[in-house]
Amino acid sequence: MEIPYTATARPDTGLFNAKLGVWMFLASEVMLFGALFSTYVLLRVGAPSWPHGYEILNIPLATLNTVILISSSVTMVMSWASLMMKEFKKYKMYMGLTILLALGFLIVKGFEYGAKFSHGLYPSESTFLAIYFTLTGLHGLHVIGGIIVNTYFWGPGSKMWHTDPQRFTNRVEVAGLYWHFVDLVWIFLFPVMYLL
Amino acid sequence: MDLTHADNVKKSVKAYIMVFVALMALTIVTVAISTLHLSVRAAIVVALFIATIKAGLVASYFMHLISERKLIYAALALTAIFFLVLMVLPVLHYLEPIGN
Repeated sequence: MEIPYTATARPDTGLFNAKLGVWMFLASEVMLFGALFSTYVLLRVGAPSWPHGYEILNIPLATLNTVILISSSVTMVMSWASLMMKEFKKYKMYMGLTILLALGFLIVKGFEYGAKFSHGLYPSESTFLAIYFTLTGLHGLHVIGGIIVNTYFWGPGSKMWHTDPQRFTNRVEVAGLYWHFVDLVWIFLFPVMYLL
Repeated sequence: MDLTHADNVKKSVKAYIMVFVALMALTIVTVAISTLHLSVRAAIVVALFIATIKAGLVASYFMHLISERKLIYAALALTAIFFLVLMVLPVLHYLEPIGN
């Protein structure tokens, strides 16, 4: 059975199916992260004292990661724009950059986690560290998920460009929606965990 | 702007670069303000205000919400309502503290 409306828009929604599907998925993701942010608020207002993130966490490394992730969002949208302009080589370059930046984010995060562990700072150490590792860990898993999908679209999945370019462009667009959402979550995580 | 045409996409590339510059600038501002060590309340308001602007830029331009179909807006409006409920839940704790 052929999946309908992968390349053209469905007349009643005005959207190709994957786009609506990914937006529904992102709505559920808002609730997932929202529940954890809500938990953070409850834990914080209920705690007798709460440390400043900057006393425990590494702000320069987190700022670097913010720059990396925002840059990767730009390269991601540029990879889609390149396909729209029928420039496949540029697409490969921008998508490749997106993947490299995402890997860079994970490496920096790995250094951060490593430094915490080497000082005996585990999630069990305090409520602050527990919610820090939960939120950044879940976000990190999302980054890994994005790398897997984007690597597929950069490598074997990109063959579709030669057989069904519109469908492939749509696939990259919705992968981008997910990737920008991962960036969005970090935009809030960074000040909430590190700066307040 | 209808982003199904290559010409319009070409124009929007300029916007992406400008948004990128704005996001970088706002990141610097956020970090700079945090070094002032404002009171917790003021720091939260300022940090979340800037983060919301950044999120708005990403959603509007990179996720193309500035020109999207009505169905997406409707779904997101519903999501926003439920998200707000989630955020307000911890506040209810003050109205009826556990154990009372």
